[in-house]
Amino acid sequence: MNFQLTEERQMLQDSLRRYLADTVSPEMLAEATESEAGHSETLWSGLAEMGVIGALFSEHDGGFGGAGFDLAVVFEETGRAGAFEPLVASGVLAGGLIAARGSEAQKARVEDIIGGAILGFAHSEPGARYDLDHVETKATKDGAGWRLDGRKTVVEHAGAAEAFVVSARTGGETRDAEGISLFLVPADAPGLTTRDYPLNGGGRAGEVTLEGVSLPGDALIGAEGDAFPAIEEAAARATCAICAEALGLMESIRALTVDYLKQRKQFGQPIGKFQALQHRMADVLIEIEQARSAVINLAGHLAADRVTRERHVSATKNLIGRAGRLVVEEAIQLHGGIGMTEEYALGHLAKRLTMVDHRFGDTDHHLERFIRLSAA
Amino acid sequence: MDLTYTDDQKAFRDEVRTFLNDKLPSRLSGKVASGKRLTKADYEEWHAILNERGWLGVTWPAEFGGTGWDAVQRHIFEEETTRAHAPRIVPFGLNMLGPVLMKYGSKAQQDHYLPRILNSDDWWCQGYSEPGAGSDLAAVKTTAVREGDHYIVNGQKTWTTLGQYANMIFCLVRTSKEGKPQEGISFLLIDMDSPGVEVRPIVLIDGEAEVNEVWLQDVKVPAENLVGEENRGWTYAKYLLTHERTNIAGVGFATTALENLRRIAGLEQSSGKPLIENPFFAAKLAQVEIDLMAMATTNLRTIAAAAAGQAPGAESSMLKIKGTVIRQEINALTRRAVGPYALPFVSEALDEGSNVDPVGPDYALPATQAYFNNRKLSIYGGSNEVQRQIISKAILEL
Repeated sequence: MNFQLTEERQMLQDSLRRYLADTVSPEMLAEATESEAGHSETLWSGLAEMGVIGALFSEHDGGFGGAGFDLAVVFEETGRAGAFEPLVASGVLAGGLIAARGSEAQKARVEDIIGGAILGFAHSEPGARYDLDHVETKATKDGAGWRLDGRKTVVEHAGAAEAFVVSARTGGETRDAEGISLFLVPADAPGLTTRDYPLNGGGRAGEVTLEGVSLPGDALIGAEGDAFPAIEEAAARATCAICAEALGLMESIRALTVDYLKQRKQFGQPIGKFQALQHRMADVLIEIEQARSAVINLAGHLAADRVTRERHVSATKNLIGRAGRLVVEEAIQLHGGIGMTEEYALGHLAKRLTMVDHRFGDTDHHLERFIRLSAA
Repeated sequence: MDLTYTDDQKAFRDEVRTFLNDKLPSRLSGKVASGKRLTKADYEEWHAILNERGWLGVTWPAEFGGTGWDAVQRHIFEEETTRAHAPRIVPFGLNMLGPVLMKYGSKAQQDHYLPRILNSDDWWCQGYSEPGAGSDLAAVKTTAVREGDHYIVNGQKTWTTLGQYANMIFCLVRTSKEGKPQEGISFLLIDMDSPGVEVRPIVLIDGEAEVNEVWLQDVKVPAENLVGEENRGWTYAKYLLTHERTNIAGVGFATTALENLRRIAGLEQSSGKPLIENPFFAAKLAQVEIDLMAMATTNLRTIAAAAAGQAPGAESSMLKIKGTVIRQEINALTRRAVGPYALPFVSEALDEGSNVDPVGPDYALPATQAYFNNRKLSIYGGSNEVQRQIISKAILEL
């Protein structure tokens, strides 16, 4: 039993925290969301140079990390800074799936991704809500190649992606786990269109429509029809990443709020002297510690058997959803009016933390799933 | 980061399991598991079994006859004994007074009292709270006036847990009214057989007289029973409280209680199906289980830090709040799970060998009484509001 970071991870944490504190500013984040790329190209290339993207991949896949605690370290820091670079979309999801299932030729893409190439993961569909097996997009055999038709929704960083890993059904019905395949699709493929838009909490995403997109036979990633377990595992890793991100956001919000409680004077004294506020802040702190433990639990079980791993995915995501809501709502309330303003730093962090509950399944989705997995 | 035990720790766990398998009488574990009343003799029987193995002084260093275990070993022992439904170790002599004597007691006091604690020659109780000194402990009014080689003690202690079994009480007494309230307190050991000591039971809302009032009227206490220096008792009292807070999270108790709840919810029927399949009930059960999973890891983080030599600080306040909230939630769910059979109060059914049958399932009454009894968790040992003050001051620095 040991809760210390290894020396390598400690170094990664320290240098990443320093780099982000020096580089990220509220103005930079606001500009990034407005920009065509939908993220900060300065920050992205900086992260790539530091090897942060490589930390998301195992040595076997050309990186130098890839374990749950590597994800936890990286994303706690990006969360702390309020950054929204395409680390999950490109590194954990698209890159992770290519590394897990790709041919040798396809795996060359992983090296590009580690170097800063951006790929998207076009999976979720209108009506799917948070169900990973809800895939209607069809892939039909077309001579030696494939033809893709369907719609993908809220594809993060779609506008910046040079290619997508796209899930499509090669067999079975809409909500069957069987019959889902993955394809590598260039963003400029004829028939692929993207409607790009900004997101609550920063960054951009897009609606991706595939109409008769023709692909060569070697666009298929892995075997036909059995991609679901890999998708579920990639989603587990992404959930671990965004839960760690949420933890970093909570820590920043906590620091802002405690500072404000000490500075802001009303009725002739700092408002932090009022017991009603002290007790609320103490409860916030307790829930952040719970959130930290939940992230450790998930990071430590990402390599476990499927049911154990997924129980931890749902337990952690449920707890993070509840804690995140408490932290956001209490922080805004404890700040008072200033906490409502767009200009003050809390606003972005609060929105980004709130939106964590809308990615990869919310509090209720995961509570129900935890119950199902526990009964199995 | 490694969430698993080392091989040595696993071997230790197996050793504890084997011991419990061989030595924990099924009569005792059966009573604990079914929520029956434990007698003084039951506790003493278990203490003697542990003492024979050298495992009674769980938190004690080896030089005083203790185990010398580190924080992780203590945690494993706690986890395994709770899981096996062993009676709890009565903490007053072992976890509270013992460490104070080791740090602040005289050699004579250590030589006399520590072996007597291990051998169950003395049953200690805690004379801290008073009617006017609860969370504000420094407000104690019980006086000790030095007369020759004795102190004359007058006052009243309350909430004295299992005082009815005790022959000795350690008391916070006021020896000076000068300075701040904390500065005039002394730590005194009092023989309960002394003239002027009277113990009166307090019946709590669960119907049990677990706690008492202790009245002290002109009680003559030898001056050698003073621990440390006069008027320095507050320091010793605070040291004791840090030891009281070991295992404050109660993860083992919560885990056992959750298993019991799951079992009951599988047996109870609701609209023709097991209660555990009712989605509203299942959601509440799952939520508290998820909270417990995280809290268990928070607890292990604190234990690992303690094993690495870091003194537990205000983290124990967080564990106290979260741990008690979780246990109380499990108790509340269990009370609801038994349905209408929470109503019948047939107290005799809780006695071992009683020929009075419970009304409804035998788990219903213990579940209900545990709910009432454990409302104490968020009150004692520094109420949860006092803990929030500690967090606010020590961690948030507000």
